[in-house]
Amino acid sequence: MKSFSYVSAPDTGTALRTIASNEDVKFLAGGTNLVDLMREGIEQPSTVVDITRLPLTGIEELPGGGIRVGALVTNSRLAADPLIRTRYPVLAQAILHGASAQLRNMATVGGNLLQRTRCMYFYDESAACNKRAPGSGCGAIGGFSRGGAVLGASEHCIATHPSDMAVALVMLDAVVEVESVRGTRRIPVAEFHRLPGDTPHIETVLAADELITAVELPPVPVAANSRYRKVRDRASYAFALVSVAAALAVEDGVVTEVRLALGGVGTKPWRATEAERVLLGRPAAEEAFRGAAEAELAAAEGGTQNAFKIELAQRTIVATLRRLLTDGSAA
Amino acid sequence: MTTIGQPLDRVDGGVKTTGAAKFAAEHFYPGLTHAVLVHATISRGRITALHTDEASAVPGVVAVLTHLNAPPLKPAPKPGAFNLTVMFSGTSVNYLQSDEVHWEGQPIAVVVAETSAAAREAAALVRAEYTVTKSVVDFEGSEQDARPQPNNPLLPRGAKKGDAEAALKAAPVSLDLRYTTPPQNHNALELHATTANWDGDRLTVYDATQAIDWFRTHLALRFGVPRTNVRVLAPFVGGAFGGKSAIWPGTILAVMAARATDRPVRLVLSRESVYRTVGGRTPSIQRVALGADRDGRLTSLIHTSITRTGPIGGPFEQVTAASQHLYAAENILARHDLVSLDLLPNTFMRAPGEAIGTFAVESAIDELACELGMDPIELRMRNETAVDPIGGRKKFSHRRLRELYALGAERFDWHERNPEPRSTRDGRWLVGTGVATAFHRALTLPVNVTVRLSADGGVLVRCGFHEMGMGAATAQAQITADALGVPFDAVRVEYGDSALPLGPFAGASAQTASVAAGVVQACEELKQTLKSMARKTGGGTNEEILRRAKVPHVEAVVGSDTRLGRIAGRARFLPNFLLDAQRWVKAASGVHFCEVKVDAETGETRVSRWAGVFDIGRVINPKTAASQMRGGIVMGLGLAMAEETLVDPRTGRIMNPSLAEYHVPVHADIPPIDVSFLDDPDPKMPLGILGAGEVSTAGVGAAVANAVHHATGKRVRDLPITLDKLL
Repeated sequence: MKSFSYVSAPDTGTALRTIASNEDVKFLAGGTNLVDLMREGIEQPSTVVDITRLPLTGIEELPGGGIRVGALVTNSRLAADPLIRTRYPVLAQAILHGASAQLRNMATVGGNLLQRTRCMYFYDESAACNKRAPGSGCGAIGGFSRGGAVLGASEHCIATHPSDMAVALVMLDAVVEVESVRGTRRIPVAEFHRLPGDTPHIETVLAADELITAVELPPVPVAANSRYRKVRDRASYAFALVSVAAALAVEDGVVTEVRLALGGVGTKPWRATEAERVLLGRPAAEEAFRGAAEAELAAAEGGTQNAFKIELAQRTIVATLRRLLTDGSAA
Repeated sequence: MTTIGQPLDRVDGGVKTTGAAKFAAEHFYPGLTHAVLVHATISRGRITALHTDEASAVPGVVAVLTHLNAPPLKPAPKPGAFNLTVMFSGTSVNYLQSDEVHWEGQPIAVVVAETSAAAREAAALVRAEYTVTKSVVDFEGSEQDARPQPNNPLLPRGAKKGDAEAALKAAPVSLDLRYTTPPQNHNALELHATTANWDGDRLTVYDATQAIDWFRTHLALRFGVPRTNVRVLAPFVGGAFGGKSAIWPGTILAVMAARATDRPVRLVLSRESVYRTVGGRTPSIQRVALGADRDGRLTSLIHTSITRTGPIGGPFEQVTAASQHLYAAENILARHDLVSLDLLPNTFMRAPGEAIGTFAVESAIDELACELGMDPIELRMRNETAVDPIGGRKKFSHRRLRELYALGAERFDWHERNPEPRSTRDGRWLVGTGVATAFHRALTLPVNVTVRLSADGGVLVRCGFHEMGMGAATAQAQITADALGVPFDAVRVEYGDSALPLGPFAGASAQTASVAAGVVQACEELKQTLKSMARKTGGGTNEEILRRAKVPHVEAVVGSDTRLGRIAGRARFLPNFLLDAQRWVKAASGVHFCEVKVDAETGETRVSRWAGVFDIGRVINPKTAASQMRGGIVMGLGLAMAEETLVDPRTGRIMNPSLAEYHVPVHADIPPIDVSFLDDPDPKMPLGILGAGEVSTAGVGAAVANAVHHATGKRVRDLPITLDKLL
């Protein structure tokens, strides 16, 4: 690890001023990803600003039924929160399917959104990677790409976004609140992450001087019947090959509302808008679920190692919706 | 009361639980420095420039050693029939002695600094330029270049009985199948570590090793000092599994760095450095062809393998080792072929040979059972043999497979199963069961031991063996207690130090039986001494005899650690060993019963039930032995379902050198494991011990694959069994 300066920010203003007036500054919250990346030499900030003392740890109910979650709320706490568990079970489940208990105790909501890909070529300084070293090429294309994306990839990058939590947030239409010395702005989480295109090193729309301060969850009544299904190579502590966040409402056998998002298959947390569109107003049955899943994955492209994800994603969408249908009718 | 057979707690449990046990990286010397390796990033070629100025400028850096400034190192000695230390050099490369690069990951520099953080920071700043030479690194792509393994009496090229190919063609029922297994890497919890200190030309090394004597001899040879000047200590080793038996560059370079800087050096490999500088298991391409009549009697058994070795070394993986002894086939062909690759040499890893060989042959037997519509246990019993199938002259010293299958089938309720694949469901899960045989040859190695009885009744056993977590010291204390008729608590065992009488290396599941032979002999001699003393002084308890004789202690010594004594020991050992090997096949064996649940849609596979029944001869401590077997089964589950080293065929670089990307099973992947033993002493092994450990890993891969087939109807012949292969 390269030597660096460490500053502990006493308040948000100081943190924002420090990052605005220095290049090469990183905010440190839980450190579960940043510290790893610094150890590997992938991130080499000259200054690390510890923000864990900032007052961004609240979980507040908003008038109108939404919930505002401070950026420093730990993943463990958010997943255990009774309001979250009742109103957004999909979010609690997504978090609990990620990492390990120890990591979730450290990891924060803001940091989770900014996780970087686990692509092996990104992590290896000696390999080509357009995300780490723009213009160097992509080692994963034509290399080990079993974990690679089948949706949203470009010829420059096929790296998947690793977060489970972000998949649930995308499904819930959460809004990211960010702050800088220039002011505050609100970004829908679906627009927060960028597709790689020909600039895979630019992963989010967050400006260099901005800090995530909160994530706002709008009221989503259908989310009371929601779940997160993660398919991976071992029973725990593995990134998703495919994950599905889904919520479903059915009246008289017809889908009246549906929300779907996918993890493990996209270069960003993937809202399955096409599947939602196809399913809305259709009979809530196996055939329609399959049709919706196929519609969403119609644009998917896979190589020899990751093409299985296309079929796996479709099957997992169908299985998750089927399960919600049974759960929903039982409730 | 005898203590052998009692499930006693391990003697080192307390110090390990409290953290008082010191491992190789926890020994301190005043002025201790820390070393970190820098790895080559090409697979073959020459270093044309090394930029170390930036690294040297990092505060706290003591030295940056490269081929341009490293002290001389004698080359690894050439292999010889009587010098096993050569075999135990991980590679034949002479580190930091030339600009040549032989594998992707080869150490090209060592940074020594006052703190490990400074050493790591500086190591990342070393930059190398290379000219690249053509290299061959793609195993699958080299299949057509496979050549027969050189013949070696200890590691035979193969075996043959009759004309197996002709018999295969003529067989009423036949299968000809291809199985593949990937490269795998060692991941002991304790990273490889060395603490080295020179005092003049005397060297003390604390190392995470399972072969202190070989390390001692090897280091003396490489650094040009007498063997007696070198002391290697490994009182505690945090798991080894074969990965700490050869001498890898980290150990050599720590000792070199200590000599170059005249400072004590600690070198702890990072997890990545373990992958880049410590060998793992070879990949394999295997052919198993079986011919049988309609009653299931085998007329032909063919098992051939292609594994890898390379210009800088690597032992030959004896993939067909078990297949040659399992079935009474009329015609048998076993053959080992090799491809040569420019990669870090592979090494011994968790039942080398048997672990991957049994995956293929025991899967194929299951496939034949399906083809014949016969229960797979019944098929095995119809081909069970009393004599060694090849040659037919050798006998098994112990063969209890019929009893093992009967016991295991009962414990697992095997006969409740519906044999039809895809016939059993539990909600979204397809349920299947599978069975496979485990087999692992038994071996003993020469050892020297002293046993001392003191006037206070205490007994001290001294032998330079190894405790890597399996309960080795506890077992020897039990053996000693019973041999002398003293309480277990009166026995203290010293081990893990080359200053002690010569111990065996801890591998091939041979350590406990080997040491037991020496301990039993020493105890017998001690009892004779006490008896003759008692005749003179009038008898009584041991303590009374010593008190009356006015001696503080009596001691029995087995073997001699002098140079002549060691040669004499080997000279006594080898002829007996070879003669014995012509008469007897000695082996531990077992049967694995596995139940899996496979998600019908996603292919996610969970092992839901496991029963392992084993014949390891006499069981010294059923608690530690069962624990060791469970560990071996878990390693087998890793092999079956998770582990795969990703070597990029374009560059020869290992792309997943971390526990995040190289998957081993997590706790949630492991079901309760039911372990039972026949506990029936082998008549031809010391104390009847056949050796525990590796036998429990053999057969696991096939048991899982067979269960997955029963659950899903899909046969996976390419490990690991991941869900994409089941979609």
